[in-house]
Amino acid sequence: MIENRPLTTFVSHSVLIIGVTLIVFPIWIMFVAATHDALRLTQVPLPLLPGDQLWANLQTLFQGKEFGIPIHLSVFNSLIMALMISVGKISISVLAAFAIVYFDFRFRMFFFWMIFITLMLPVEVRILPTYEVVAHFNMLDSYWGLSIPLIASATATFMFRQTFLTIPDELMEASRIDGASPMRFFVDVVLPMSRTNIAALFVILFIYGWNQYLWPLLITTDPDMYTAVMSIKQMLESGESEPQWQLIMLTALIAMLPPVLVVVFMQKVFVKGLTDSEK
Amino acid sequence: MLKRVHYRSSYLPYLLVAPQIIITILFFIWPAAQALYQSFLLQDAFGLSTEFVWFDNFIELYDNPNYLNSFARTGFFSLAVASLSMGFALFFAALADRVIKGSHTYRTLLIIPYAVAPVLAGTLWLFLFNPTLGIITYFLDTFGIDWNHKLNSAQAMSLVILAAAWKQISYNFLFFIAAMHSIPKSLIEASAIDGAGPLHRFRTIIFPLISPTTFFLLVVNIIYAFFDTFGIIHAITAGGPGNSTEILVYKVYNDGFVGLDLGGSAAQSVILMFIVVVLTVVQFKYVERKVQY
Repeated sequence: MIENRPLTTFVSHSVLIIGVTLIVFPIWIMFVAATHDALRLTQVPLPLLPGDQLWANLQTLFQGKEFGIPIHLSVFNSLIMALMISVGKISISVLAAFAIVYFDFRFRMFFFWMIFITLMLPVEVRILPTYEVVAHFNMLDSYWGLSIPLIASATATFMFRQTFLTIPDELMEASRIDGASPMRFFVDVVLPMSRTNIAALFVILFIYGWNQYLWPLLITTDPDMYTAVMSIKQMLESGESEPQWQLIMLTALIAMLPPVLVVVFMQKVFVKGLTDSEK
Repeated sequence: MLKRVHYRSSYLPYLLVAPQIIITILFFIWPAAQALYQSFLLQDAFGLSTEFVWFDNFIELYDNPNYLNSFARTGFFSLAVASLSMGFALFFAALADRVIKGSHTYRTLLIIPYAVAPVLAGTLWLFLFNPTLGIITYFLDTFGIDWNHKLNSAQAMSLVILAAAWKQISYNFLFFIAAMHSIPKSLIEASAIDGAGPLHRFRTIIFPLISPTTFFLLVVNIIYAFFDTFGIIHAITAGGPGNSTEILVYKVYNDGFVGLDLGGSAAQSVILMFIVVVLTVVQFKYVERKVQY
């Protein structure tokens, strides 16, 4: 605080509280809708305070008869996909970055540019041909198909490259004098020194993986492989009858809970990672 | 970028980059090349015969008012999302930078939308603005505004912009607040001693000093609006009514997977790739010349 202006501080707080309330309002409404029954959600105006049907709605979702897959199974699929994407991305990126920074080898720059290109091509843009490749490898309707095409990442490789460049050269010289092999150096020095980056990247990539939508929508036809996020669309389109808003909102709530918890509880490392990596 | 001290080459580095490179080739370079190749082909409706037509698909797009409209629409959409989201984020960040108590709570609540999947954000706003049931529709109705985004294309566009901007506020907020924290306190103090009030300081010191971040965010927000809003549009309007919310990415999907116009869709992909490349280069060129203070 530079100077004491009680009035300005008061106004700042008031405006912030109003602003934050507006930002969180949709989520509150989502929660409220998830706690009422179908009948209440057909009567205008809709409730602003929670009801007592949360448990009943939850049970309906666990049975999952209406939408092809019980909620705990789709959440499980999402979890596997998100973990495969985040862990996979981090692993291949950290290895590639280590090679590019610490080794002099032929085609080094060529490989580097090849990885750089992937930064420029979001899935949405190359979706059709990627689909054909995955179909060709028989990876439709599988965890591999859900995750592998999304795990090549230039961003992560870049971030690790940046981190490695800040590790003092002396550490490598010392480890070489002590007779450590490159991989030994990687495991004992490089990895521990990148701990924070790995944690930050994990948060970002977990959210990225969990929230994938178009890709799972295209490559899964078997309801057993549906992810939590994409099952929403199925529910919205459930066709002949009015959408079951209390169930849709509860599914949405459950589907957004894991990434929200990750971001809130790993806030410090996430914020640091986000603002460092992309700058 | 290579370490001054480094290991001499062996088979090891190739082994280390192999997973990344194999996946890049299989799922990035090969599909991108395929898209490029297909953009030069014309396939009949049954996929029985294909013909190499050079740039016909592109020329057709250029002559297609639908496509040009989608281009203009995407431009409008991304600028609207970027300015709305950045405006609010900057406003909140400036306030949160001032207060000491509770700033952690504000931040925690403000970062939540970041974690919400686009399609869920879309579903959420769809529910709020549902023409018959929506709670906001109800409020609007008491003000005499008749809301139906399923029929009214301007309202449909506003709704997708609102949902997309809402989701991006967290990201912008975090970057603005980080930028504001990195401004030396002495600068602010000096101008406060000279009698500059909070608004004046914001205009003459804070805002100019965070302008690199603002520019960076502008590019990131445009990329976001171009490519990451598919789920939002898919959930809320599916491109409708008419084609009024069909942005470029949505059109690639619609023409390719729904309309099965492979050549046309591939040509659109190629144009989009070109746009991404330009935006990324702009972003990186700028990052190189990051302003230091």
